[in-house]
Amino acid sequence: MLKEKVAVVTGGSRGIGRSIAINLAHAGADVVIFYAGNQQAAEETLQQIQETGQKGLALKVDVSDSEQVNAAFKEVVSTFGRIDILVNNAGITRDNLLIRIKEDDWDQVIDTNLKGVFLCTKAVSRPMMKQRSGRIINISSVVGLTGGVGQANYSAAKAGILGLTKSTAKELASRGITVNAVAPGFIVTDMTDVLPEEVKKEALDRIPLNRFGSAEDVAELVKFLASDAASYITGQTIQVDGGLVNS
Amino acid sequence: MAETTFERVKGIIVEHLDVDKEAVTLDASVKDDLGADSLDVVDLILQFEDEFGVEIADEEAEKISTVGDIVNYIENNL
Repeated sequence: MLKEKVAVVTGGSRGIGRSIAINLAHAGADVVIFYAGNQQAAEETLQQIQETGQKGLALKVDVSDSEQVNAAFKEVVSTFGRIDILVNNAGITRDNLLIRIKEDDWDQVIDTNLKGVFLCTKAVSRPMMKQRSGRIINISSVVGLTGGVGQANYSAAKAGILGLTKSTAKELASRGITVNAVAPGFIVTDMTDVLPEEVKKEALDRIPLNRFGSAEDVAELVKFLASDAASYITGQTIQVDGGLVNS
Repeated sequence: MAETTFERVKGIIVEHLDVDKEAVTLDASVKDDLGADSLDVVDLILQFEDEFGVEIADEEAEKISTVGDIVNYIENNL
């Protein structure tokens, strides 16, 4: 399905990103993961990528730092010769009520979750334009559509990704590059494990499919959007949320 | 004799913008006379980079207005 494609997954060492990276490798792509700091997790993911028989690479990159981002993509192109798929997945949370969000908590979340998407997208647009093909998939969140208590910074960044996705889709469409956003709902990961039980129960009550999603649920959609089968889909936001949000 | 830089540039512009050869003069403005939009210009720059093996930085690319500007830049940076 993705034979001879080269994919980059940011935030690829753990959680949804890891699932996406391994899933793309299973579909035949060589996969590069960018990770922020958890080297052990990155090595585990890399090993699982390589077990599929595909090539893999793990690079420590702060996606909010343009120099690091540009150097990393340069390395990807010099190692693999091309970039076909970019999955902007890296994200952090600094949840708090708006009144308690410190300026630094705001900046960190916007820098990693939104500016990081801009920087990585800008870096791949040149090689993708030259190739006349590419797939950019941005991982947003249903919170970007609905807002959420205690997540003003996170939801602002995730909503920002949706605007960025639509603009980039328009700019790059004529060059054979599609850009879409995926908005997961409640997905079981390290990031959601830390939520209080009552928050989880309350969330479950609102999900029509009556279960939390898995990282694989998201990864399957990303795999489809990355494939040639999705060549007529661009500028869209697709939810993977068990019916949680009807927009 | 080898093709001149101008002829190679002209060839790329004619193909990419679908304009007449005669219209591509050194004085022609890529946007105003040849009808390129801003994305076309970015795209042309990428093609010139590949064709001539030069790197055209964003700041330089913004200064390019005419076909002659492109030819001069390439010849000065080969």
